[in-house]
This record gives sequence, structure tokens and C-alpha cells, in this order.
Amino acid sequence: MAVTTMIGAKIHRREDPRLITGRGRYVDDMKLNGMLHVGFVRSPYGHARIRSIDVTDAAKAPGVVAVYTARDFEGLLQGEMPVTISFVPDKKQPIGWAFIAKDEARYHGEIVAVVLAREKSQAADATALVSVDFEPLPAVVDLDKAVESKSPTAHTGIPDNVAWDMTVGAGDVDAAFADADVVVKQRILQQRLFPIAMEGRAVLVEYVPFDNRLTMWTSSQVPHWVRLCLTLAMGIPESNIRIVAPDVGGGFGSKIHIYPEEYLAAAASKLSGRPIKWTEGRSENLQATHHGRAQIFDIEIAAKKDGTLLGYKVRQYVDTGAYVSVFSSFQCSAYAIAEGAYDLKNVKFQTVGILTNTTPTDAYRGAGRPEATHAIERGIDLVAREIGMDPVEIRRKNFSKFPHSNYLGFAYDTGDYDKALTKALATVGYDAFRQQQKELRAKGRYLGIGLSTWIEVCGFGPSAVTAANEPLALVESSSVRLHPTGSATVYVGTSPHGQGHATTFAQIAADTLGLPYDAIDVRTSDTGDTPFGYGTYGSRSLHVGGSAVLMSCRKVVDKARKLAAHMLEASEEDVAFDQGRFYVKGSPDKAKTMGEVAFAAHRDNLPEGMEHGLEAVTYYDPPDLSWPFGTHICVVEVDPETGAVDLQRYVAIDDCGNVINPMIVEGQVQGGVAQGIAQALFEEVIHDAETGQLRTGTLLDYSIPGTGEIPVIECDRTITPSTTNPLGAKGIGEAGTIAASPAVINAICDALSPLGIKHVDMPASPDRLWKQIQEARAHANGSKEAHQ
Amino acid sequence: MIPAAFEYARASSVEEASKLLKTFGEDAKVLAGGHSLIPLMRLRLAQPKALVDINGIKDLDYIKEDGSKLRFGALTRHVTIENSAVVKQKLPILAEVASEIGDNQVRNMGTIGGVAAHADAAGDYPTIALMLDAEIVTNQRTIAAKDFFKDLFTTPLAADEIVTELVFPVANGPHKYIKFRRRLFDWAIVGAAAQKMNGGWRIGLTNVGTTPVRATAVEEALHKGAKPEEAAQHASDGLNPSGDLRASPEYKKHLARVLTKRAIEQAG
Amino acid sequence: MKHKVSTTVNGSRHEHEVESRLLLVHYLRDEVGLTGTHIGCDTSQCGACTILVDGKAVKSCTMFAVQAEGKELTTIEGMAKDGVLHPLQQAFWDEHGLQCGYCTPGFIMAAAYLLSQNPNPTEDEIRRGLEGNLCRCTGYVNIVKSVQAAAKTMGGAKAKTGEQQAATRRA
Repeated sequence: MAVTTMIGAKIHRREDPRLITGRGRYVDDMKLNGMLHVGFVRSPYGHARIRSIDVTDAAKAPGVVAVYTARDFEGLLQGEMPVTISFVPDKKQPIGWAFIAKDEARYHGEIVAVVLAREKSQAADATALVSVDFEPLPAVVDLDKAVESKSPTAHTGIPDNVAWDMTVGAGDVDAAFADADVVVKQRILQQRLFPIAMEGRAVLVEYVPFDNRLTMWTSSQVPHWVRLCLTLAMGIPESNIRIVAPDVGGGFGSKIHIYPEEYLAAAASKLSGRPIKWTEGRSENLQATHHGRAQIFDIEIAAKKDGTLLGYKVRQYVDTGAYVSVFSSFQCSAYAIAEGAYDLKNVKFQTVGILTNTTPTDAYRGAGRPEATHAIERGIDLVAREIGMDPVEIRRKNFSKFPHSNYLGFAYDTGDYDKALTKALATVGYDAFRQQQKELRAKGRYLGIGLSTWIEVCGFGPSAVTAANEPLALVESSSVRLHPTGSATVYVGTSPHGQGHATTFAQIAADTLGLPYDAIDVRTSDTGDTPFGYGTYGSRSLHVGGSAVLMSCRKVVDKARKLAAHMLEASEEDVAFDQGRFYVKGSPDKAKTMGEVAFAAHRDNLPEGMEHGLEAVTYYDPPDLSWPFGTHICVVEVDPETGAVDLQRYVAIDDCGNVINPMIVEGQVQGGVAQGIAQALFEEVIHDAETGQLRTGTLLDYSIPGTGEIPVIECDRTITPSTTNPLGAKGIGEAGTIAASPAVINAICDALSPLGIKHVDMPASPDRLWKQIQEARAHANGSKEAHQ
Repeated sequence: MIPAAFEYARASSVEEASKLLKTFGEDAKVLAGGHSLIPLMRLRLAQPKALVDINGIKDLDYIKEDGSKLRFGALTRHVTIENSAVVKQKLPILAEVASEIGDNQVRNMGTIGGVAAHADAAGDYPTIALMLDAEIVTNQRTIAAKDFFKDLFTTPLAADEIVTELVFPVANGPHKYIKFRRRLFDWAIVGAAAQKMNGGWRIGLTNVGTTPVRATAVEEALHKGAKPEEAAQHASDGLNPSGDLRASPEYKKHLARVLTKRAIEQAG
Repeated sequence: MKHKVSTTVNGSRHEHEVESRLLLVHYLRDEVGLTGTHIGCDTSQCGACTILVDGKAVKSCTMFAVQAEGKELTTIEGMAKDGVLHPLQQAFWDEHGLQCGYCTPGFIMAAAYLLSQNPNPTEDEIRRGLEGNLCRCTGYVNIVKSVQAAAKTMGGAKAKTGEQQAATRRA
């Protein structure tokens, strides 16, 4: 095999030149002749009956070509939005989500009418002229109230608001709690978040009648899923549908959904016979693009006085929003890693999905794994506090040792949790910090340090593991084609939106094929030329898609070796392949390069029975999942007078196995950590508790942190190769987000521990912390007085 | 998002602008920096029938020394105030306030006259204007700051009246403005200003009511010799702020006290 | 009613008849045909639409096209000259200062303004100078590094030639 030259190197991204010069092509950058702009009329209420819709004024407005309501799409769009199994096979109420509301709107932002106009300004004007007679209905917003028996329901006529209720577990949890010296209980809020890719969604679609062909450019993470869903809804054969995700300005899970706007724009193109374009505005995005998190965790941990964890009970309430969205219950992946990095076999995990009158929630960076990590990392700190043990020691005491299978029987590939922890402690200078903290506490200053010894699960998905969970095996595909003069095109089913697949996959192909890096082109995100793939999410692209590239390249090399042997007049077994050169072992001077072999593959004189060309296809189904891990440490100082948090240091030591491009890995970690910090300190979606109307409706009200708020993130790594894929790699796209929020909150709780504060919810905004500090002080004064 | 349609006219003099406003009638608005107005128009929360663009009126962009006063043309951009040597020397608190408004791009466009006329309780200049007894000059009259900021987004400006100038007294003694916010580019959750002037203190507060607030009780306490910490306890006297997504009324009142104390202590 | 607006965009003169409500960013994208300037919000927060107007960084979503009458506009497309990347573009490439690339033109233009005012900014000054731009991918760490690197290049050696750029691609 070729000596590695590209894999592991810091290669500049080949995506960048067009992006830094303004030559990127995002959907909104494109136009088609004769295209119309679509405007969506949306419900301004959380829950309302639609009495009637009057489109007269809108239809007469300048430039308006058509106004459609639900009835216009009947017969054109079959069925409803699909719901995948995603960790919850039996959903009690997988409420059907129609592409457009007909009689009842169930969240602020749900589409009730569609306007087509020649100019986008005209579409905006006419949208405001559609007159909808809404009758507001009681809105379900609060999760605790939603499960009360007298609660109104999020949909008229359903028995209650429970979408699913499932419990998994193992071991003897009751015995574990009975044996415990201490039991800690905590309710942990996972506030609702906007994913906010900087590019909102956008669709440009053209249906060509008579040809019965549909081409759509859409800002998506999953073009092949979009094609599949449009085929099912519209009855157009897949072969006649082409979906392209051109440059996509971020996703973070928000673009794995196949959205009503995609179906409706496609159908509107068919109805009107014109190309249709829609570009989501930001305030529209905040209503219409799915939200994330919106969960409550009730946890209980049983432990011995010496810090040994004995048992763990979790109840996860997932606010599904108004409908169970396509991958909504992927957020229940929390149960797959409930116990985190700790050897804990007595676990009971209940997950309850609850319908409310809010925008549906779905996967947001990490999807279930940040929540699980936050819960166990907060939980273990609470136990440590309860028994007076250092958070480092309690972690070391309970770390899983390898080989390891978790409470559900998942066998982890590899891991060395102590190694990452040790490195992180050394980087941050843990002992010195504790000393400094002590000295500053004496001066009335509140510094804290927080750990997150995180793990996660990714690489979805081996069909053997996911078979029970998904109707389709989440394999990943590649096709590698060598051209006569020795360049190659690599087609993959993954669909990047900032992750740099064109670079990393070219690195893999260059090394494996022994061709120059610049002779490899990587094509993604166009169903017209790429093999069927499931797209990019869940930190799966390298593990599954990268491995698919590797496997196709190996197949090409195998065939090329046969041909080279023929050219060298040697037997195949005697031919070596090294640095792109085939030669008879012992005679490296008389070599045929891969380029020469590629040329020969297109000429005559092939070995008997060999077809022309050098090309291979792979649908790679990994044998198992991968389990990345690491330790993040955060240092904060809290201003007790104002509740302001000063994020002083952030150290991230991660282990994602073998690294293809360290620069890209670091970038993923830094961006992920920033989103975790954003959740911990800044961001929160708020709906009006009575009406379900969105109160944080613009970026003025929703605090995405900027350059002044995110500190330098000090990154380093340990390397423990995975054994479940030939690259030895594990996912890294979500790691930062999974790890960060508990590191920050644990640091704040550590800082405020002298005040008796044990838990802080997110976002730990100054007003929230100030209130908690006030209450803690009042409580302390109260108990002092009581003792006097 | 695209604003609703409107008429647009460019004025090259204040007289012309005033005439245009009269012609267009009640629903016309003046377009200066546009950084409060245009976002509202994009969200269609504001739908003026017409905009009168005054950005072309060259003689409204100036900073002039006038004895014990500093005169700011209404179109003076935040960036100009932030970097002005004269302001840094004669009224340094205003240069510091300007440097903390929004971000570079906002400061390149936003104007002092626009902030005054918009009369947002979260605006920073109005606090300084009120506490220093600045004057707002229009094409029709001169209005004392205390009479100008009447209510939330409400001023005594007539429909065809245009702010042309803000007049501040020179004040280069110890001073501090603390703008408490979660992100650098945010509006103040609460802001507190302290300025030593003519031997006494002027104390102003941002975003603790429907208008900027001058904390006279704090000023008096300091005058009577109270320590900053004691005096600052009066910062919330009479305040009745409304809560919002970022802060409860209690928290705002608390911040008023804490930030006032810090502003006085840190004034340099 | 339409208004005549003439501008100079990246050195080229343009004349259009536009509606008064046309935002400058839509003018650039839809009328002039330069789509490198992006739109990321509708309330002037994100800075994706940042361009230079007479050398000053401005959010082109918060200005009407009619206001640009007679102005010199510089967009991301005007930064590379004669086949040579602007040092800021080169630095964003070198330092992995972008991932999805959507916010990048705005950051580069905001940084260009910052460096025009302060050629040797500290890290804190860079962070303050870019506070009007939001990025969701990078966590800003490499953006700050990119601007530091560009400041160094611009203060020192001239921009690299196209050939040198190619040679450094595998640093």
C-alpha cells in the first residue's frame, strides 16, 4: 500500500478559493428564465382554526400569477411528511404533518397559503394581502402542563399530547438505588434553540411538463432524501428527479429535514408551469425551520460514599413541537449514551415525546447526545459535591475500561478516557488553578473550573445496528472513475455544507490511488451524478462516506494491479504498488504509474476477460458504530453582583481516532464548542406561554454570540484509532457541541459553590444567575437566622 | 424581507427636507443613518409612505467648539464622534459612548441626530444629553434634553421638524459610562453614566424606563458627601422599569445601583 | 416610482432604474449581478452583507440602493486583483478562517475596513472590530487568526503571486 503522504496532512481546502472570492454558488445566487417568486402565508398564531381564506386582493395585486391554498395541492402531493423510526419504533401519535395547513394551524409559522409573483417584492406584498380568518384556539406550550389530563391538545380531537412514551433499561436499578449511600436528583432544562445556519433555506425548482422532469436546487444536507421524498409525494420517478445542493451555508441539522416549502415549491412549479424560487428570510427562518433541544431531563443517580456510581434513572421529555418531525426522535439517541464515559450497568431511561403548538423540533448539532452528556456530566458533579469528592477523582473512579459494552449492550470500538483527561488537566494546570481559586475565594472572587469527560456515538449507521431503527440501511456510497490520462473523479453520496469533503475525500483518494492530489476531483450533492447516499449529519460522513471512498479506490487499485501485471508481464502476486507506481517486486525501476495503467485501461491489449476502464462503486456498510471521546475544561469567573460570566479559558482535548486533515478537525471542534457555549450562556427561544407566538422572532432577540463572546478555544488531541472502519476514524462534527455545555455549566456551579448553588440552568444569563445568587444568599441568611 | 413601497426624496438642505416632509404629510419619515428605521421597515413594522433622505445635507455633519459648548451636527456619525480629538479632549464620555454603540458598520452609518430623534430608551446618547443638560436644536427651535425625551419613541418634534444639532456642555472631568450587555454589539440591558462637572456629579441611566433617566437622588447624596456605594443605592429611586426578555424589573433596578456605584468609582 | 442610481462597483460604472425600496444588497445581487455579498438576517445583526461604501464598512442590507447614488462600492468580488488574492483572502484560506463560507465575504470586507483604520490590531481590537459579523461554523478562532496573519502580510511583504499561492497550498 502507498506510503501515506496526504492523509494526516494540513491541506488547504480546495473549496475555499471560490468562497473567499465571492464565487460560491448558493441557491439564492441562481436564476432561471421565467421564474416566479413564492411567498408563503403563515399562521401568526400558535393554534388556530382556519375559518376561511380570502385570496381576492392578493390575486389582484401587481405581478401576482397565482395564489394557492391547501385544496390546490390535493392530488398533486400525496400523503404527508414522513417520520422515521429514529430510536423510537413505536410512536403513540406520529401525527400526520400535512404539507400545508387546511383547517387548523398548529404553530406560529405554519403555511396556510402560497403566493406566486414575478418579483420577490411583489410576492412579499401580496403575501400580506391574503386574508385568513383565524379563530384562535388554546395553545399548548408548557411541557409540564401539556401532560396534565385537563390540558388542551395541540391538535383538535386527539386524546392527549403524548407523541411517544418508551422506556429502555438494563440491570437492577431498584436494587442499585436501595444499596446507595447517596441519591442525587436534579431537573435539567435543555432550552429550545434555533439552529441558525447563516444561510437560511432556499429552493429553486423547475418542473418541465410533458418531460415529467423535476430539477431542484435546495439548501439541504440530504439531497438524496429530498429526491426520495419528492418521488413518494409527487409520483415522479426518481430517475426523472434531480436534486442539487450547491454551496450550502451551514446546516447543523436544520437542513436534514425535507420541508413543506420543498414539496410546495415543487408542486407550485408543476401547477404554474414556471420555475419557482424561494429564499427564506431570517425572521421567517426562525418560525419555519425546525428548532432544536426543547427538552427536560429528570435524573436520579445512586452512588456509594466512595464515589462509585451504582444506578441511573433518566426521564427525558422531548417537546416535539406541533408535529413529530422526520428525524425528531433522533433526539432520543440520548438513551444510547446515557451513562457517558462511566461504567454503569443499572440504567433506566424513559423518553416521552410531547406535542405542543410550537415549531417542530428536530436534530440540532448533536441531537440527543449533547443532552445525554449534559445530564450525566452534571449528574456526576452533583454526586461529587454531595460526597465531597473532587470531580476529577470521581470521574477516574468510574471511567469505563476497554473492552467495554454499555448498558444496552453496545460494544464501544476503542477508548482511553483517562488519557484525554490527563492531557486536559495538564494543559489547563488543574492543581495550580485549584490553589488560585482558593486564594481568590478568600478575596470574594468566584472562579470555577468545569469538566466534561464526554463520549458520543456516531458513524450511523451499520445496517446491523440501524436495521431495527430505520427502514433504510444508512450505508454510504462512492464511485471512483479514473480518466485515461490519470486523473480521477470521485462521486459520493454525502453532502457537505462546510465540512470540506472535497478536500478530505481527495486526500484519501490521492493516497489510495497513488495519484497527485490535484488530479482528484470530488463531486457531491447532485443526485444526477452521485450514487444514492444519505447525506451529511450525525458526524457520519468520514466514518461511513470516507470509508466508502477508500473502498472504491482499493477496488480500482486491485483492477489496476491486474492490468499492471499484464503490462509488466508478471504475475499479479509479484506486483507491488507503492507511491502510485506498480512494479515487479525487486525491480522498482521498471514501474508503471497509475496514470499509465489508467491509459492502458482505455486501449486495446487488455488481459483476457478484462473490461475497459478503471472504475468502481461501493456501498459501504460499516461493521459497527464509533465512539469518540475527550475531555473539555472550562474556567470561568462569575461576577456575583451582576451575574455576568467571564469565560476565561476553554481547553478541548478530543479523540476522533485517525485524523485525515488536522486543520479541518480543529475547525470542527472550535465551531462546535462555540455552539455549546452559545447554548450554555446565550441562546434561548421563547414562545408566549398563552398564545404560542414566537417572542424571539429576530436576531435582535436571540443572542448568537459574536467575536467578543467566544474565547480562544485551545485544542489538542489524543489518537485512539477506531476499529470499526478502515480509516480508523471517528466523527468529530458534533463533538464540540456535545462536550461544551456541561463544561461551562459545571464551571459556573463550581464558581458559585461557596454560595451553596448546586445547579444552574441554561442559558446561564446574567439575570438568571443574579436571581439565583440572590435566592442562595437569602437562603443562607435565612438558615443563619434560624440557627440563632 | 423587503420593505413596503414608499416614496423617496433626497433633500440637499434642511429647508428642502422640511418642505418635503410637509408635502408628504404625516406618514413621512426622515432617513438619516437608517439603522433603527430600515430594520423596522424590512420587518414591515414600520411602513412610512415616504422617506426624506437628509444624508446629502453636507452642513449637518460637523463637530464645532463653541466656548464652553460642543456643537454636533445632526448627521455626525458615531465613528466621527468616537475618533474626534476635540470630543476626546472636551467631552470624552461621549467619545467613549460612541465607541460602544453597535459595531463598526453601525457606527459608520448611525448619526447622533438620528439617535436623538428615535428616542429609544435603550439609546446611549440621550442619557448623556439628559444628564449634562444638552440641547436639541431643530429647524424651528431649541429644546432642552429634559423636555425632548418625553416618552418611549416619543419627542415633541412636529411632522416637518428636523433635528439639526445637539449642543453639549464641555465636560472633561472624571467620567465613566458602563454599558451592561451580554454581547459587545448589543443594546444596553442597563447603562450608567457618571460625570464630574462643576464640582458636582451628574448621573444618568439608560434603559430603566421609557426615557433616559437622570439619577438626581444619587447626585444629591454625593453632593452631601455620601460614599459612592451609599449614594448609588438611590439610583433605583422612583424607577419603574418594565421587564423584557433579557432582564426583570428587579434586575434592572439592581443593575442601576451596581453600575452607578461602579461608574462613580471607576470615573477617571 | 423608480429612481435613477449610478454607482461605481469595484471600479466599474453602473446605472440602473430602481424602486426606492430596493435594498443595496439586493441591488448588488440582482441588478449588478454580484452575488458574493450575502444576506443572513433582516435586522442588521449578522454582517454577511458587509461591503465598503466609499471605503467604509457598511451593512448593505441596511441601506437603500438609492442612497448609494454616486458612491464607490467595493464588494468581495473586487478584492482579488489581476489573479492575485487579497492578503485577507489568502489569510482566510491559509488559516481555515471559513467553513461553509456564507459569512466569509462579510467578514473579509469588515476586516478590510478594520485594517484600513488600524493596520496592526491586537487580538482584542480584531474581536471588537468584527463584532458586527456573525459566524456559526468557526467559533471565530480562525477568523481572528486570519486577520492577524493578513495584518502581518499587509504590513510586510507584498501579496503573493498566483504561482506562489499555488506553491503554498500544501503548507
